[in-house]
Amino acid sequence: MSKAQDTMLYLNGVSVAFDGFKAINNLSIIVRPTEMLAIIGPNGAGKTTMMDIITGKTRPDAGDVMFDGRTDLTKLDEATIANLGIGRKFQKPTVFESHTIWDNLEMALKKPRGIFNALFYTASDDDVARITEILETVRLLHRKDELAANLSHGQKQWLEIGMLLAQDPKLLLVDEPVAGMTDSETEETAKLLREIAKTRSVVVVEHDMSFVRELGSRVVCLAEGAVLAEGSLDQVSANPVVIERYLGR
Amino acid sequence: MLTQILRLALLTLSLLLPTQMVRAQDAAVDIPAQVTALGEASLRELGTIITTLASTGDPAVVPVLTALGEGNLYLDETSGAVVIQRGSAITDPLTGEAVDLGADADLSRIRVNNGLRRDISAALSGMTLMSDNPSTRLSAARGFLSKPDAANLPLLDEAIAAETEANVRSVMQAARAVTILTSEDASIEDKLAAVPQIVSGAGRNAITILTGALASAPDEVKPTIQSAISGLEQGRAVWGALQNVWFGVSLGSVLLLAAIGLAITFGVMGIINMAHGEMVMLGAYTTFLVQLVIRQNFPGLLDYSLLIALPVAFLVTGAIGVGIERGIIRWLYGRPLETLLATWGLSLILQQTVRSIFGPTNQMVIAPTWMSGSTDFFGLAITYNRFWIVIFALIVFFMLLLILNRTPLGLQMRAVTQNRRMASAMGIRTPFVDAMTFGLGSGIAGLAGVALTQIDNISPNLGQNYIIDSFMVVVFGGVGNLWGTFVGALTLGVANKFLEPYAGAVLGKILILVLIILFIQRRPRGLFALKGRAIEQ
Amino acid sequence: MLTQALFRALDKKAVWVIGIFLAVAVLVPIANLLVPPGQFGHVPTYLVSLLGKYLSYAILALALDLVWGYGGILSLGHSAFFALGGYAMGMYLMRQIGTRGVYGNPTLPDFMVFLNWKELPWYWLGFDNFWFAMAMVVVVPGLLAFIFGFFAFRSRVTGVYLSIITQAMTFALLLAFFRNDMGFGGNNGLTDFKDILGAPVQAQTTRVILFAATAIALALSVLVCSMIVNSKLGKVMVAVRDAESRTRFIGYRVEYAKLFAFTVSAIMAGIAGALYVPQVGIINPGEFEPGNSIEVVIWTAVGGRGTLVGPIIGAIVVNLGKSWFTSALPEFWLFALGALFIFVTLFLPKGIVGLWKQIFGANRKKAEEPSSPTPAQSADIERGEDPSTFDNVHPRPAE
Repeated sequence: MSKAQDTMLYLNGVSVAFDGFKAINNLSIIVRPTEMLAIIGPNGAGKTTMMDIITGKTRPDAGDVMFDGRTDLTKLDEATIANLGIGRKFQKPTVFESHTIWDNLEMALKKPRGIFNALFYTASDDDVARITEILETVRLLHRKDELAANLSHGQKQWLEIGMLLAQDPKLLLVDEPVAGMTDSETEETAKLLREIAKTRSVVVVEHDMSFVRELGSRVVCLAEGAVLAEGSLDQVSANPVVIERYLGR
Repeated sequence: MLTQILRLALLTLSLLLPTQMVRAQDAAVDIPAQVTALGEASLRELGTIITTLASTGDPAVVPVLTALGEGNLYLDETSGAVVIQRGSAITDPLTGEAVDLGADADLSRIRVNNGLRRDISAALSGMTLMSDNPSTRLSAARGFLSKPDAANLPLLDEAIAAETEANVRSVMQAARAVTILTSEDASIEDKLAAVPQIVSGAGRNAITILTGALASAPDEVKPTIQSAISGLEQGRAVWGALQNVWFGVSLGSVLLLAAIGLAITFGVMGIINMAHGEMVMLGAYTTFLVQLVIRQNFPGLLDYSLLIALPVAFLVTGAIGVGIERGIIRWLYGRPLETLLATWGLSLILQQTVRSIFGPTNQMVIAPTWMSGSTDFFGLAITYNRFWIVIFALIVFFMLLLILNRTPLGLQMRAVTQNRRMASAMGIRTPFVDAMTFGLGSGIAGLAGVALTQIDNISPNLGQNYIIDSFMVVVFGGVGNLWGTFVGALTLGVANKFLEPYAGAVLGKILILVLIILFIQRRPRGLFALKGRAIEQ
Repeated sequence: MLTQALFRALDKKAVWVIGIFLAVAVLVPIANLLVPPGQFGHVPTYLVSLLGKYLSYAILALALDLVWGYGGILSLGHSAFFALGGYAMGMYLMRQIGTRGVYGNPTLPDFMVFLNWKELPWYWLGFDNFWFAMAMVVVVPGLLAFIFGFFAFRSRVTGVYLSIITQAMTFALLLAFFRNDMGFGGNNGLTDFKDILGAPVQAQTTRVILFAATAIALALSVLVCSMIVNSKLGKVMVAVRDAESRTRFIGYRVEYAKLFAFTVSAIMAGIAGALYVPQVGIINPGEFEPGNSIEVVIWTAVGGRGTLVGPIIGAIVVNLGKSWFTSALPEFWLFALGALFIFVTLFLPKGIVGLWKQIFGANRKKAEEPSSPTPAQSADIERGEDPSTFDNVHPRPAE
């Protein structure tokens, strides 16, 4: 396990198969603390499945998944993993539509998650300040009392990022954060993620190459459940195999 | 003919020793006269007449002797006639026809003592042991089997020698063996040899007979008997298990019939149809109506009324199903819990409608001749109605598999349920397919209703009795998989029947429910669950 | 902490509802006891008991609403908890009969003497004590719900599967309680009650007090439910209803939230059953009928699920209708009930309360929620499906 030391996320030889189909095939990836990693790859490359494995939704058939250099994630369930400090944003934005934007954030805010904690919870001044701060960051302060269902697609994406921030995780898994966003929103998102990555580890899955370029991070290209290429975006996109299998000529 | 007379003579001889007087055989006995003579005869004379009557070998004598032995033979003091009285029915002993003795009849019982009674039963057994009818001989042999008497040994020996039917002979041999085993003068060797004969010939009673003989048997024979008993008990356990399997398969096939339509609507379409049981009930009432029409108009077709009811019930319930889908369910796609409530409401309406039309009482559907009765299959009692239902359930199941996997409609159904929008984009008329799928599921429920008329009461509540079980089967088997339903139904049927002897019917059922609830905890998606990404979204 | 939670619970709507039922708890007894018969405003005693029955149904509907309307768990077994609470009360009442039974046995209830039993089964011990029996009213349904829920929610049995196994649970109990050797009076159940806390059950004052107790219990239930749904836990429950797995990914233990709601709800249902039994004078296995549980669902749906007032209105309205039909047009009650199921699910997914809001709250709330999903829809969304795709997507068609 010594290799896992000084890593935020450590995947080694992870495999999972659904009815014989190998969705993830001997995948190894390392994410260091306060590092941003962008993952690209064709559809069906196993990007979402990889996130499912990290967050405890899917159990791998083989391999190690370590968090923060010491915690084995393969034995834990979603809630435990989330409380360890792994936040996830879904490909399809899922916010709690029948709650207000404020309530969405209040629920996500890092607090004891027990039943009776939740039953007797009252927001302290600090909590209110923190939520307000996040609302400002994601530019939703003026709509805080509206139902989340009324937000546009892009705003839901931002709210979800806001909820990630409220969770105060050590590692963020962000699945296609800029789908449905305008160019300027995309730029803002990239800036926000870069800001976040100063204090935390961030894994971004994205198809939008210009967005990945804006992130300016290390890039891993997945295909058929395994790493195809790794390096800077320029290195990866110059890789002939990547061009063949993903980017096209 | 001569040999038969000779045999009878011998038989009579052996029977009547030592107390009875041996009488020369008259060429022709006046049977009616002898019967009438019974009326005024003394005990001693009775014995003679019994012998004479028995010696005729005439089957007509059998009821007379039987009645005499039972104490049901009476003399009418007024007319001097001898009659049989059972309850209030008075019949002529020889013809069996009802006799009207008039108002001044004065019946007195013709009394017999124990000695005579034994003579009568021996005479009867002897007569029937020599009967031309193998089944009469068989039952006579069984009679000897249950009442062994050393005095009958020569008779048995003779009957065994003359017997041509192997199975009857084996019972006779068993009867002989029992007689030897229980008699006091037989040698140890004979007794030892008798045990296997009892095992092979005495059938289900062998254990009782051997256990009965165990106590009085000599010590040398006891181990042999004991090992024979334990061997038989093992055999009986196996047969008992097989019988349970059959009962279970039978119950399972009923469950399969009831659940398989649900497997379509719930499993394939994702619709919770609480009115499914009412579709079964409507199928049963359709059968009732079809039979009513046939009985009134085409009595000759009565035996085929079930076969005629099958397509009718399928079409009626299928059409109602299509109506339900178009009228209610299609507005509720994607909201399974709401569908559940709406169809429950529908089931209440259907039940009450049927109750208003036909009344709350049970209706009868007459079983066709080919479905009544039962057969003995290597010691398993199999009733024909259950047997046909098992066959029918299998036919329905495989037809359904065929429809889903081999027809254009089946292909479209699978396409629509897998990816509705894609199917629609490819030009499949999804509303039509929805309606047809639901109609198919309902039609199959109607078919189940036809079958259930043979084993259950036809009442407005018929469907209610099956709906929970059906859901259990589908959920247990795994939703969306017909084979799961198949295995689920049979497993639950067999499990139920195996639990019943230990826990009783009700407790067994409770146990099954609890086990399923526990099972769902282990495997929330049933026995044959689909895996992977498909179920997660 | 508790005071804050209480303060939060007493929002304007809850205060109104609680106030109304506390007032009812006072006014109806006055109208019965102090207004002389024949005079305007007198409430006859039979009507007091009838209303008391409705109010106990209202508690049951509210209990179901807590799990279904807020938690998205459609329990088809809530009448089982109701009946268990009722049986616990019935057992106390049976023990109070003493030597006044047909057989005059001081300890054994009549049906046990009839079955030739010699001594009281162990699970009947203690039920001669009122407070023990009341504890059991809470403990037995609560424990069953806790154990059942623990296993079901832990293994993530959701949606219709959960509905079906809750139905199987109540069906199993139905079969069990029909058995004579269970020791609960079999088919006939428990009846012929004489006293409760020394007062004759049939007496006018007793009936009025029972009614008042039911009204107060209803007011308290509203308070408890309001406290839960207005807390962060209540928000988590709604989040679970709308997007279960998303709730997990922000770190909430969905199964515990469900288990809490389910257990609290079962306890409320048990209390409702305990209040119901002395007012109707009988408890028998028929109360476990799966059909009863589904009827509770329709009360809740008619009134409007996901609200605190809705289930109460629904329970009272539907049962008024039932009383009217069964005396005037008994043949047609099932038609009416069946039609109600279909009508409400097709045309009134938010129930009476939703309709009210739509008519009277339209101008006031227009700006706020133009496209919010109906509770009806969101209740069925699992794992955060997009409600906009509903009209053409099947739920979970496997294969």
